[in-house]
Amino acid sequence: MLEQIEGSRAVAKSVALCRPEVICAYPISPQTHIVEALGVMVKSGALSPCEFINVESEFAAMSVAIGASATGGRAYTATASQGLLFMIEAVYNAAGLGLPMVMTLANRAIGAPINIWNDHSDAMAVRDSGWIQLFAETNQDAVDLHIQAFRLAEEISLPVMVCMDGFILTHAVEEVDTPTQEQVDAFLPPFEPRQLLDIEEPVSIGAMVGPEAFGEVRYLAHAKQLQAKERIPAIAQEFESIFGHSAGGLTSEYHLDNAETVVVAMGSVLGTLKDAIDELSAQGMSIGVLGITTFRPFPLERVYEKLSGAKRVVTIEKAFAVGMGGILATDVATALNRVQNDQYSVIAGLGGRPITKASLTELLKRAAASNLEPLSFLDLDHDVVNREIARMRESKRSGPAAENMLKDVQLKTFAQ
Amino acid sequence: MTFQPIKFYQTGSFAVGNRLLSESLRTVQSDIARSDSLTLGHRACQGCGEALGARYALDAAMHATGNKVIATNATGCLEVFTTPYPETSWQIPWLHSVFGNTAAVATGMAAALRAKGREDIRVVAQAGDGGTEDIGFGCLSGMFERNDDVLFISYDNQAYMNTGVQRSGATPPAARTATTEAVGAAPGNAFGQGKDLPRIAMAHEIPYVATATVSELHDLEAKVEKAMSMRGARYLHILVPCPLGWGSEPSATIRIARMAKETGLFPVFEAENGEVTGVSKIRRKLPVESYLSEQGRYSHLFKPTENREILDKIQAIADKNIRRYGLWDGEPDSRRPENGDNQDRSMEQ
Repeated sequence: MLEQIEGSRAVAKSVALCRPEVICAYPISPQTHIVEALGVMVKSGALSPCEFINVESEFAAMSVAIGASATGGRAYTATASQGLLFMIEAVYNAAGLGLPMVMTLANRAIGAPINIWNDHSDAMAVRDSGWIQLFAETNQDAVDLHIQAFRLAEEISLPVMVCMDGFILTHAVEEVDTPTQEQVDAFLPPFEPRQLLDIEEPVSIGAMVGPEAFGEVRYLAHAKQLQAKERIPAIAQEFESIFGHSAGGLTSEYHLDNAETVVVAMGSVLGTLKDAIDELSAQGMSIGVLGITTFRPFPLERVYEKLSGAKRVVTIEKAFAVGMGGILATDVATALNRVQNDQYSVIAGLGGRPITKASLTELLKRAAASNLEPLSFLDLDHDVVNREIARMRESKRSGPAAENMLKDVQLKTFAQ
Repeated sequence: MTFQPIKFYQTGSFAVGNRLLSESLRTVQSDIARSDSLTLGHRACQGCGEALGARYALDAAMHATGNKVIATNATGCLEVFTTPYPETSWQIPWLHSVFGNTAAVATGMAAALRAKGREDIRVVAQAGDGGTEDIGFGCLSGMFERNDDVLFISYDNQAYMNTGVQRSGATPPAARTATTEAVGAAPGNAFGQGKDLPRIAMAHEIPYVATATVSELHDLEAKVEKAMSMRGARYLHILVPCPLGWGSEPSATIRIARMAKETGLFPVFEAENGEVTGVSKIRRKLPVESYLSEQGRYSHLFKPTENREILDKIQAIADKNIRRYGLWDGEPDSRRPENGDNQDRSMEQ
């Protein structure tokens, strides 16, 4: 059914259609509206049987999901940013135990400095945890990916994280086609756990594994991710046959055929990018976009296939490895290590800084003219950074850096 | 033919041997049909109080529920020594996740069972004192306040034994651990620190809180059975001496546990909905020295000379417990056995 609806509410409806049996909720912006909406459905009886647990921390939220999944319950939770970091030990544990569950990550920056707005630092912090990570470009994507996520998680017995940009998607009201219960039921069979705390067949789960088998168990986690890479396109195809529109898959493409310049990105910025590329194409530039829908497992072969013919690749991402550079860019470079093309890594939109079409257009023009640094930060005010570096040189006790820089930014704004 | 005198009080305690009780009053453990939830072959140290406590507790829980128990376990000795995979000592469904989340994992297990309409299956969570009082406390308090249908059992050996005897929030004053060494002006653990978890649990007003030791195993079993007859959050705190960490003889585990109770240092009681409903009285009051002097972790209180000041401070803690819970009526017990003064140690257990 087509309706104008907030992203969070749409996701809550989508999750409810998947018939979760245990939902753990802990408030953190910007995911809170999702669990609030689910809480209403459970308390009113609209979603039943389902247990809605108001936990005392994100660490508990993930742990409750672990206990529920091992007991055969379909488990769901949502978090963001600091919350994801707070639960990280259990996040790794869920993946290591191979327990299927779905978690929405309403992507948000990580502090300090504290920042509630969108970037991808949180998702990147757990990219090696063994979770499958899917990125939504739109709220329709978010709705569809959650349904596919439960199917995928239970099929290969791994947890799946659906990443959607905080505020930009979670709080945006736009038209979304909510599927029917019949469609979801046809697509998503009841949860049949691969391992279960069953009084009829007692098993021990979570035993210590020493050097004699640890490598093999870890490799199995990798093998399951590779298996997921096979299953994700197949599941997307089946989804399309039931729901009547496409969603999911490994990547999305826009004007990619024979494009000289290809931009790689993930999440909601793909929308802005498509607008920028429409404008640049109209001006005669040969440019396209490769969107990464499945970030883990990383679709190395697909990325190679789609980018090996490009003259230059510009990876734009909302997170970076401090002291190193782009994270997605590094993965793209790994896919392209036998290809001789120019590769640019661009960090953009940190902590909610808007990635505007104007900035993107200017940036991509510079890339096309081979006039871009290998690693650059979009719209970064170098002045402000340099002033703080100068202060740090001048005095051993230069004070809290973030607060100093905020003052400078404010002074600059007043001066203008 | 050698003559063996029959002793009514076989263990040197006031416990009556199983054979003298009617079958209905005997321990679950004495029943040949017991579930052996934690079976033999595990790798606990000799004289491990935790292994003994867990075996009795889980078998009693199984007995009380018609063998419908699933369990979870914090990281720690119990987790490590029971599951040196591919071997496992657990004959019941058992899950280990991480160190600090056991209560929350148990909440999830209970929630899934409720959603599936299988509330006949009951959840038991287990942790050591570190997994209960320190790293696991946030999740435990959350589980308590939500009154989730979980029996949480804390096996308290008063330090982090699995990692090599470091101080925890349950380590008593003056005790030597690897991080509170018996050096300096105030050797051993500091006074005025640490948590009283049973009372914190009571402050959550949960249906049932009880303490027990591995010296009164019948009492321990009865408390587990009572806990399993109730719904909601229940907490059982079992004192389990650790020969390795306490510097005590493996053969003395049960006797030391008994002395912890008989000195008043470990009050044995039960509480419902935040109010104490019963206490196990001290049968034969002992000075704290008798308990402390058998443990290497307190040897600095006796050697090279007796540290009366510290011993008095510890005695004051015991006396406060005795007052708080009314543990001692002050009357000599007329039923005191003539030959019962810890003579027959070989028959304990």
